[in-house]
Amino acid sequence: MKPAPTQRRFWLQQSARLGLLGVALQAWPSLAQKMASGQLMSFAQMVEPLTQGARLLRQDVKLVAPVLADNGTLVPLGVQVQSPMTAQDHVTHLYLLSQRNPVTRMAVFQLGPWNGRAEVSTRVRLAGTQEVVALARLSSGEFRYDQMEIIVTESACVDAS
Amino acid sequence: MSLVLARIQWPERIVAGDVVKVRLLVQHPMDTGYLQDLLGKVVPRNVIGLLTCNLGSQEVFRVEPSSGVSANPLFEFFVRATETAEMSVQWVDDQGNKGSLQQTMTVLPQGSR
Repeated sequence: MKPAPTQRRFWLQQSARLGLLGVALQAWPSLAQKMASGQLMSFAQMVEPLTQGARLLRQDVKLVAPVLADNGTLVPLGVQVQSPMTAQDHVTHLYLLSQRNPVTRMAVFQLGPWNGRAEVSTRVRLAGTQEVVALARLSSGEFRYDQMEIIVTESACVDAS
Repeated sequence: MSLVLARIQWPERIVAGDVVKVRLLVQHPMDTGYLQDLLGKVVPRNVIGLLTCNLGSQEVFRVEPSSGVSANPLFEFFVRATETAEMSVQWVDDQGNKGSLQQTMTVLPQGSR
């Protein structure tokens, strides 16, 4: 241990370090989860990794969901794609994308001509009010989408975000 | 007989060539890994990573859910029925637990009333 006059300074330094550590620890979980709560992804950020520059049109897809969802832990989502679903022209993938959730790609469905109709529905979790995108990949390599804003009064991530 | 963790449902009367709606409900907590239990301990992530449905030998539906899908996930999709075949559903979650369900889809021959 150093002589007495420097001891006070030493403890001051240590407590400052402790404070910084505390701040770092608080920031840690949100960094680890890449949640960045409150920060919304742009449409391009959501869609680009999937489309990778392919043709993207807002048509033929209909997203069916409530405009206002009381509880974010269970929001029914339905997607209908206008497609003949023949071997030549069908929907291969259907993506449900969320703007605010820690996991953007909520669900990926793989369909084919054996389905007869390109229509799927499920129930998702939403972390707050946001735009939800339904993206369909056609067998031709093009993409179709529809988006909709869903108002969520109670987030699905109550104690984490 | 083990615990039945899933239920699958389709119309009672199916004629060959029909496009029928299939409803599948799986019992699974779909823990996101973001929530805590009553003691403040984080519940580890455990979601179904892959679920497939085979009708006969043909895979008719495949879904890769994430933590963004609600607990006890429900999936509705359509399938074209051609002949009586067994629908078999398989899924696997993050903990490596596998689940499956088999049910025979009875299809009446075309033209039957």
